[in-house]
Amino acid sequence: MQYLLLCCFDEDRWDKLPETERERIMHEYGKFQHDLAASGQYRAGAKLGSIQTATTLRERAGKPVVTDGPFAETKEHLGGYHLIDCKDLDEAIAIARRIPTLSAGGAVEVRPVESGHQA
Amino acid sequence: MNGQQPRSVAAAIDAIYRTESRRIFATLIRLLGDFDIAEEALHDAFRAALEHWPREGVPANPRAWLVSAGRFKAIDGIRRRARFDALDDRMDEVEAIVDESVAFEREDIDDDRLRLIFTCCHPALSPDAQVALTLREICGLTTEAIAQAFLTAAPTLAQRIVRAKGKIRDARIPYEVPAATELPARLDSVLRVIYLVFNEGYSASSGPALMRVDLSAEAIRLGRLLVALLPDPEAIGLLALMLLQESRRAARVSPAGDIVLLDEQDRSLWNEAQIAEGSALVRRAMAAERSGPYTLQAAIAAVHANAKRGELTDWSEIVALYGLLMRIEPSPVVELNRAVALAMRDGPSAGLALVDAILARGDLGEYHLAHAVRADFCRRLGDVQQARASYRRAIALARQEPERRFLERRLAELAATGAAA
Repeated sequence: MQYLLLCCFDEDRWDKLPETERERIMHEYGKFQHDLAASGQYRAGAKLGSIQTATTLRERAGKPVVTDGPFAETKEHLGGYHLIDCKDLDEAIAIARRIPTLSAGGAVEVRPVESGHQA
Repeated sequence: MNGQQPRSVAAAIDAIYRTESRRIFATLIRLLGDFDIAEEALHDAFRAALEHWPREGVPANPRAWLVSAGRFKAIDGIRRRARFDALDDRMDEVEAIVDESVAFEREDIDDDRLRLIFTCCHPALSPDAQVALTLREICGLTTEAIAQAFLTAAPTLAQRIVRAKGKIRDARIPYEVPAATELPARLDSVLRVIYLVFNEGYSASSGPALMRVDLSAEAIRLGRLLVALLPDPEAIGLLALMLLQESRRAARVSPAGDIVLLDEQDRSLWNEAQIAEGSALVRRAMAAERSGPYTLQAAIAAVHANAKRGELTDWSEIVALYGLLMRIEPSPVVELNRAVALAMRDGPSAGLALVDAILARGDLGEYHLAHAVRADFCRRLGDVQQARASYRRAIALARQEPERRFLERRLAELAATGAAA
């Protein structure tokens, strides 16, 4: 079973963190990915560019409309993701709990990938 | 089936259904990996028993017979559907089920019931869904009965249960007793669900709904089951707390439906058997190294329950227990309760100072009982004006009708004594 861990974070808050703290978090992320790769559970993952770089597409009256910015007007935005193999939700939650931005006020959404559509 | 089956066999099946069906269901979920398939298999198994047992007699181990009958019926059903749908993964599923060796050891069966409890109370489900699922799947209540108990429309509740089962299946919430490291947090979630069910029953007991399921009794049954399966001190503490609160049920509401305060209750109406059992459980739970919040609340309830008259209450002990509770689970409500106990021990001015400090901090300003407590302290200190203002504030904030009536009565009494003075 695959789960997508969506890491959400308030970018302003991220920018205001001391440089050393950001470095520590990124280092922890590296370790997190490394451990999961070692156990053979890591499928994919990436840190996304800032929301300044986001572009959103919708369709209005049959025509594509392209706008600047992320699709949701919230303080917290998707900042990265990890696609992992787990036996069940409890294992996915246990892994998600180790995501380092949690201790700095971030949130992680855990979503199962539908069977038959796994990477 | 044909009207010739011996009455005794039908009665035996009926009795087995009542005492064993939830246990068999819990095992079938483990074997079949799906709540709905297990539910269907359970009914098929009992249908098969009605067919076979009158001819062949009741088997030596009826539970094991029913589990394997349910399992085979389910496998048949999945095979049929799989052939029809030509779905390969369905067939794989069947092979997985068939391959698994079935264990009927007592331990496995008990584990299945614990698995069911932990899955129904999984924190990834909404609290509402946890409660509904627990009552439906563990207690075996009908959707209609649960909806009625919670004053919810039956379709809404049914939808809630369907959605929860869908999440269990699709997000793969495991059917497992959590690992030791996760157990305390997960057990908290189970205890919270049980206490929520109890409180719903406890507060509804003053209402006009005599037809409703007795949720407090269901919660106590759940508490007993949990203690039998997993004798954790806090599970024992919760069972004690529920029994001790339940022991006062007959005395806490007047025949007219009005609230009767603890010190005005007719203590001869208290249920002695429940007090004895609850107090013994408190002692058992307190033997643990560190007492949790349910145990401490139960200990406080036990001090009250064991005072033959209100004036014999050991208030020093209660103040001390609230102090311990404040240390492990500090909250303004606990602080307020401690203030009430302190006022009983040291007099109303000591209590008033504490309540005013809580309110000055900006806590509990919207909580009617904080103002009711303050009003009571002022009344006992002879400050009629302050008492009146606080009662009015409490009445404005009270949401339940009996509570409002009670406060209005207090306010009226105050006016009477005020006029007399």
